[in-house]
Amino acid sequence: MEEKIVTIHNVSRSFGKHQVLKNISLEMKSGEIFGLLGPSGAGKTTIVKQLVGLDLPSEGEIYLFQEKMPNLKLIEKTGYMAQSDALYGELSAKENLEFFAALYGLKGAKRKKRIKVVMETVSLSEHINKLVSTYSGGMKRRLSLAIALLHQPQLLILDEPTVGIDPVLRKSIWNAFYELKEIGTTIIVTTHVMDEAEKCDRLGMIRDGRLIALGTPEELKNKTNSTSIEEAFLVYGGAGNENKRSSHSNSSANYS
Amino acid sequence: MRINALVIRILRQIIRDKRTMALLIFAPILVLSMLYLVFNGDDYIPKIGFVDIPEQIQDQLNLDDAEITQYDSIHQAKKALSNHELDAYFLFENQKPSVVLEGSDPSINGSVMKWMQTALKPLQQNAPQKEIAVDYLYGSSEMRQFDYIGPILLGFFIFFFVFLIAGVSFLRERTTGTLERLLSSPLRKWEIVMGYVIGFGIFTMIQATIIAWYSIYVLDMMMEGAFGYVLLITLLVSLTALTLGILLSSFANNELQMIQFIPLVIVPQVFFSGLFNLETVSSWLSWIGPITPLYYASEALRGVMIKGYGWDMIYKDLLILFGFSLLFMILNIAALRKYRKL
Repeated sequence: MEEKIVTIHNVSRSFGKHQVLKNISLEMKSGEIFGLLGPSGAGKTTIVKQLVGLDLPSEGEIYLFQEKMPNLKLIEKTGYMAQSDALYGELSAKENLEFFAALYGLKGAKRKKRIKVVMETVSLSEHINKLVSTYSGGMKRRLSLAIALLHQPQLLILDEPTVGIDPVLRKSIWNAFYELKEIGTTIIVTTHVMDEAEKCDRLGMIRDGRLIALGTPEELKNKTNSTSIEEAFLVYGGAGNENKRSSHSNSSANYS
Repeated sequence: MRINALVIRILRQIIRDKRTMALLIFAPILVLSMLYLVFNGDDYIPKIGFVDIPEQIQDQLNLDDAEITQYDSIHQAKKALSNHELDAYFLFENQKPSVVLEGSDPSINGSVMKWMQTALKPLQQNAPQKEIAVDYLYGSSEMRQFDYIGPILLGFFIFFFVFLIAGVSFLRERTTGTLERLLSSPLRKWEIVMGYVIGFGIFTMIQATIIAWYSIYVLDMMMEGAFGYVLLITLLVSLTALTLGILLSSFANNELQMIQFIPLVIVPQVFFSGLFNLETVSSWLSWIGPITPLYYASEALRGVMIKGYGWDMIYKDLLILFGFSLLFMILNIAALRKYRKL
């Protein structure tokens, strides 16, 4: 099960003169929960968009399931939850689910079953017939997640999945992630919430379009003598005190 | 002070949005200029055919302010009339002067009748007992201005509303992120465009049927041809409006900017679709008509509704409308490349 699911190879992305991603290389294995951690504007969403084929690297390549992106076949194997809730407010939750299920070719009894399962996963079953426009922010987030899970993708790409969701539900959503991991699903999660980062198998810290650190949460904390991911991030990001900076002078030099 | 702050904020917002500012100033200028050009066009000079009129009579007539063409037979004149080469022809039938008008445009009918009165004055002075018999190829003297502009307005309103609604709903799809979500699914770009075309196509077919039915059977708009043709034309009109609306929505960032296309895209089409006599429009502007979809829609609708045209007379207009839709669809698919490259 140590198959490479995602390979990001020397990827850079510029919008005009503004360079958003700077030479990023990453690999993710099957059954892994990989966290992309960084402040807003760091380039997390740009990486995610490239992974789902909505954007192309200016330089470098991206491979999913060891095939080069963009490729429509690979898109079918991927579940994506965008940062903004891409839902149709004038439709009910069920109608939204049916629409997206149809896009992924789910039909009949299978569709019904999957809709039931994913709505249970995000604890929205009792609200399935309500109009999405009457949903709260957290409910919309959960419905977006449910839609991403519908077609049982092998790779789940979730852009800030738990924003606006209360701690109890967040815990149950993470439990769902662990269950998916058990059946071999690879999950990529972006977040700027540090305690959520601790729950990932491995973390990539992004700042100003650069990958500034990579490793398990334990490794990152140990290497920097930190007690929390937040501290570790500060060290790697060069925003901490001057002494700790020397350990990563190369990448931090540009930030001052 | 709070009001001040508000005023400053609003002014700043307007200045930031250069497009809205430009629109506020240039759109009225543009529309007013067009109205000026349309209404202050040259006086219409009627085109009159004379069928075998003896020269001694012609010498008595006042032939200024008209384009006169001589014909040897009624048959030739009739042909010229139905080909729009003539507005009316004049002949003597059993020694009685009579005139046959093309008749589909009440304003041209008016200028022909006005010209006749001045031209024939000398003749009537000699023989006042001779009254002029007036006949119409299409329409009748009872044809109202509404019957003439009705078909155009029918096409226009369908075009206008479909354009706006389709444009705004596609814009929403873009601004709420659902378009991006669609493009991150296996859905193909052409499928998105076709989905919109079919979805709205069904809706607009219902809309077109109701509007056409209402205009013809409730407002008693003149209707010489087949209702099926009217539906076919309006369907193609809405298809064109739909695809153009979706296309232009990719150049708008919000609903307001979509509305801004109305004076730029919709209003000029009205002016050049035949609502006003195109022959009096300044010649340096006359090229606009043939590049607008509504021009062909009006031509076909007017043909069917006033002149009772059938398929062989309108298929060219329909093909051009379909061509417009096809072009816009292809451009739409190309515009979606901005979001996903395959």
